[in-house]
Amino acid sequence: MAIEVNGKTYETDEEGYLANLNEWDEDVAKAMAEADGAELTDAHWEVINFLREYYDEYQIAPAVRVLTKAIGKKLGKEKGNSKYLYELFPYGPAKQACKYAGLPKPTGCV
Amino acid sequence: MSEVKKFLYVNRKAPYGSIYALESLEVVLIGAAFDQDVTLAFLDDGVYQLVKGKNTEAIGMKNFSPTYSALGDYDVTKIYVEKESLEARGLTLGDLMDLKYEDEDDDWAEKDSIRVVSASEMADIMDTQDIVLSF
Repeated sequence: MAIEVNGKTYETDEEGYLANLNEWDEDVAKAMAEADGAELTDAHWEVINFLREYYDEYQIAPAVRVLTKAIGKKLGKEKGNSKYLYELFPYGPAKQACKYAGLPKPTGCV
Repeated sequence: MSEVKKFLYVNRKAPYGSIYALESLEVVLIGAAFDQDVTLAFLDDGVYQLVKGKNTEAIGMKNFSPTYSALGDYDVTKIYVEKESLEARGLTLGDLMDLKYEDEDDDWAEKDSIRVVSASEMADIMDTQDIVLSF
């Protein structure tokens, strides 16, 4: 599979996750969100950027429980809970946010 | 909620050259994400998995060493390394990565995850587990 953004083709896996995370840019994230009928706000970007930093440091996309805890620690308790994250990413914060961030599907997600 | 079982993952092989170490690490992260009680053991050449300062560029494989540092986030806080295996390879605790976790019950104090134990202590640890998986 592949998606096309600004005339450039990006390879993805069968679930729409970017094949090469180095190709990612913000327009790719916006295009993926648009395809899901979502618009990315600053609150979304906060989580997406957090995930990219996490991947950069640990080379994995965190499971949702780990993501929730880590967000709470970094961005404040009012954001480190499932309700807040599911409102932003209704398809599942780890899955959906990782996809927009250009990361592979989180380890432990089925 | 199902009963929490005690899982021990035994790692005996060098990190690269086979898929065992990476597969073990992934299974550990999956098990931990499902709220199991996870313990890791490193014996024989498996102790090389925890040696710090690796560079895998020349062999064209992803360096998954940084992922061990995420274990604390997954509440994997018990990492036992066999003393005899380290000594046989001329290694000490100082050659290993500095893996930490934050203790929720102690005001999130940072603590060391790695503990060096003797072969007989390791046997006792294995004896207390419900499930032992060997990689």
